[in-house]
Amino acid sequence: MNSFLNAERPPVFCPGCTHERITHTLDHAFQNMGLAGHQIVIVSDIGCSGLFDTFFHTHAFHGLHGRALTYAAGLKMARPELKVVVTMGDGGQGIGGAHLLAACRRNLDLTLLILNNFNFGMTGGQFSATTPPDAQLGSGFLNRLERPLDICEVARSAGAPYVRRCSGFRKNLAEEIQGAIEYDGFSVMDIWGICPGRYTKKNRLNTKMMEDALAKLPALEGIVAENIRPEYGQQYRKMAATQKKVGRPAVIKAQHQAPQTGRQEVILLGSAGQRVITAGEILCIAGLTAGLRTTQKNEYNITVLRGPSISELILSPEEIDYTGIEMPSVVIALDPEGVDRRRSLFKRLEKDVLVIQISGVTIPAGKARIHLVDLKDQGIKGTDRALASLAVLAKLKKVIRPEMLEAALRIRFKGKVLKSSLELMDRVKIGQWV
Amino acid sequence: MAYSLLEGNEAIARGAIAAGCRFYAGYPITPATTIYHTMLNLLPSVDGICLQGEDEIASIGFCLGASMAGMKVMTATSGPGISLYSENISFALGSEIPIVIVDVQRLGPSTGSATRGADGDINFLRWGNSGGMPVIVLAPVDVNDCFTLTIQAFNLAEKFRCPVFIASNKEIGMTRESIDLDGLNLPDLIKRTPAPSKPPFRPFQADTAQTVPGFLPIGDSVLVRQTSSTHGPDGYITTDADEIARSQERLKAKLLSAVDQLTFHETFKRDDADTLLISYGVTARAAKAVFNERDRQGKPVSLLVLKTLWPVPEPLIRQVAQSVKRIVVVEMNMGQYVREIKRILPEKQIDFLGQMDGRLIRPAQITEVIDSE
Repeated sequence: MNSFLNAERPPVFCPGCTHERITHTLDHAFQNMGLAGHQIVIVSDIGCSGLFDTFFHTHAFHGLHGRALTYAAGLKMARPELKVVVTMGDGGQGIGGAHLLAACRRNLDLTLLILNNFNFGMTGGQFSATTPPDAQLGSGFLNRLERPLDICEVARSAGAPYVRRCSGFRKNLAEEIQGAIEYDGFSVMDIWGICPGRYTKKNRLNTKMMEDALAKLPALEGIVAENIRPEYGQQYRKMAATQKKVGRPAVIKAQHQAPQTGRQEVILLGSAGQRVITAGEILCIAGLTAGLRTTQKNEYNITVLRGPSISELILSPEEIDYTGIEMPSVVIALDPEGVDRRRSLFKRLEKDVLVIQISGVTIPAGKARIHLVDLKDQGIKGTDRALASLAVLAKLKKVIRPEMLEAALRIRFKGKVLKSSLELMDRVKIGQWV
Repeated sequence: MAYSLLEGNEAIARGAIAAGCRFYAGYPITPATTIYHTMLNLLPSVDGICLQGEDEIASIGFCLGASMAGMKVMTATSGPGISLYSENISFALGSEIPIVIVDVQRLGPSTGSATRGADGDINFLRWGNSGGMPVIVLAPVDVNDCFTLTIQAFNLAEKFRCPVFIASNKEIGMTRESIDLDGLNLPDLIKRTPAPSKPPFRPFQADTAQTVPGFLPIGDSVLVRQTSSTHGPDGYITTDADEIARSQERLKAKLLSAVDQLTFHETFKRDDADTLLISYGVTARAAKAVFNERDRQGKPVSLLVLKTLWPVPEPLIRQVAQSVKRIVVVEMNMGQYVREIKRILPEKQIDFLGQMDGRLIRPAQITEVIDSE
C-alpha cells in the first residue's frame, strides 16, 4: 500500500518532536487499513497538532482552537461512511473540554488522537491542562497552582467506550491507532510525547520516564467495558426513521361571519399557568374561521409557572401592520398579575371598550363598560379561565361568535381535551353587566 | 383566502425546510428556541439531522462540518449566542462555508431580557467578526418574510458561499400571525456551484477577482481541504502577501459587487412627500401604519423598508432619497443603522427615532418626530 503522506509537504516539526513520529505512525495505520484517501478526513485542531491535515493525502478540515470535535461531529453525521480522525493537543483538550465531555457522552464514531506534550508549544511553552505542577514553563509560577487533568479518567467517567493511554514511542502504536479508528464508537487515545522546542528545554523528559509514569497510572488499553453501547449516528438514524412525518400547518377556511365588521383588538391580562397564550391562539384561529387576518403578540417573564402572562390579539379584515394595541375593543382581566402589569391602560379606556372582569380580580377605575363573570362559583379552575373568558366573549357576540369559537376548538384540540373544552364552552354562564 | 396561523420562528423553520435545509444544530435560548423545536419536529422524518449542541460553539461547529460535507445547514440563537458564534462566523466568512444563522434578537446588552425584543445586534452582526469582512444580513418584517427571506438566505449562502444572517426579533419570532402559505411568492432554489471536473481541484480557486470558488464536498472522491488559516487557492497556508491580498480583495468584492442581487426591500413612494421614513424589522410595521395614516390624511410621507441591511444597499437608498428633503430613520435600538444613512446621504437632514426598552415603537411616536419640524 502506498503512503498517504504528501511528499510535497513534509512534516515541519522541531527535530526530535514526537509529533513527527506520530505522523508516520498514523500513515502506517491508514496503510494497514487498506483505505483510500477520500475515505478519511483528518480534522485538526490548533497548535502543532493542527498541522497534521497538511501532511496527508486525505480530506482535511482545519478549524478553531479546541473545536475540532464539533466539526468532526457534523462531518460524521452528514457522511457516516467517512473515517473521521481528530488530532488535538493538550491545549485544545483544555480549551475544548466541554466538547470532549460531550463527545464521550454522545459516542459518535470519531477517533480522537490527543498529542499530549504537556504544554503549549507553538505559543511559547505556557502551561496546559496536563502540565505537571513542578514543570518549569513559560507561565512562571502559575502551573504550580493548578492540578493537571487525567484526560483518560475524565473520558472514561464521561462515557467514552474506548480509551487508551500510551506513549508516542510504543512499538505497536500503528496497530493501536488502527484499533481506535476501527472501533465503532468514540475512541480516545492520549498519546504522550516530547516537545523539544519548549518543554524539554528546561524539563527532563525521555521515553523511559514517560513509560515509568504511565506504569504508575491505572492502565487503560482500549475498550472500556462499562461504557459499551450503540454508536450515536446509527442510533440517531434508527430513531429518526420512527418519527412521524409532520404535515403542513392547518389551512383554515373562512366559513363564518364575524359579529363586528371592523378591526378588533383584544388584550388578555392573566398569569402564567392560566393558558393565556393558548387562549390567544384559539381566538386567532376563531378569527381565521371568519376570514380575518390575525396577530398574537405575547408578553411574559422568564419564569415558567409564575408571573404575568399577557396576550394581545388583533383580528382584522385588512392587513395588520403595527402589532401593538393602542385602544383595545376588549380587555379581559383574568388575574391581578396581568392587570398590574398594564395598570395604566384602564384609565385610558373609552366607554365603548368592553372589560370582562373575572370576579376576584380588582381593576383600576375607568370609563369602560364592565362585564363581571364569576368563574369560581361555576367551578372553573385556573387553567380553564382564559378559555372560559373566550366563551363569554363569544356568547356576548363580541369579536367572535360561538360557532367561530367552536370551530377553533375543533381545529386546535383533539380527543379528551376537545371534548372537555367544548363542554366548558357550553356551560360557562355569561355573567352580568356592572 | 385561507390562512394558517404561524409564529415567525416556525415560519423560518418551515422556510428552511422548503429551501432544502437538512441539517440544523442549536442550543436552547429564548426567544429563538422554537426554531429548534420546529426543526426537531420536521427534520428527522425528511431524512434530515437535528442536533442540540453542548453549547453554541458546538452547534455552529456541527453546522460548519455538515456544510463542508455538502449539506444546507442552519443554526439559530439570540444575541448571547451570536457572541459565542463569533469566532466560527469569522471562519465561515474567511473560508467560504455556506450557513444560515438566525438571530432572534432580544433586549441587550448581555443576558439582557430573554422575553423582550430589540434590534440591538444590527451592527454586531456586521462587525462581530475578526477581519471585518462584509456579511449579508436580512431583516424580516413579518411572518411572510420569515418564510420567504429564509429561502432567500439559503440561496445567497449557497450562491456566495458565506454565512447569511436573518436578523429577526422576539416581536417577530414569537408573534403568531395569519399567513397564506399558498399565496407566497417563493424564489427558485439555488445550490452551490460545483467546481469544474477538470483536475487538479483547488478548493479556493475562483474564476475572477470577484467570484466564488466552485465547491466540492468533503467525503466525495476528490480530496477537499478546508482551513481557517490564511490560505491560497489550494487551501494550504500561504505567506505570499500578494496572494493574500487577492484573496481578501475577492472576499470583499464577491459581495460588494453583487449588492443589486442581494437587495431586498419594499418601497412606498409618494411623489409629493418631502419626508422619507427608513425602517426595518418589526419597527417597519409601525412605520407602515404611519405611512397609511398620512395617506388618508392627505399629508403623505414616503417609506423605505429595508429587508437587506448588509451589505448596505447604497444605490437603492440614494435613489429613493433623491427627491426628499428630510429622512427619519426609525429603529429598535439606540441608533445603529442611522449611521449608515448619515454616511451615504451627508447632504440630507436626517432625524432619528430609537428606543430599546422592550416596547415596540408606536406609530404615534413616529408621527411626533415627523411633525416636530
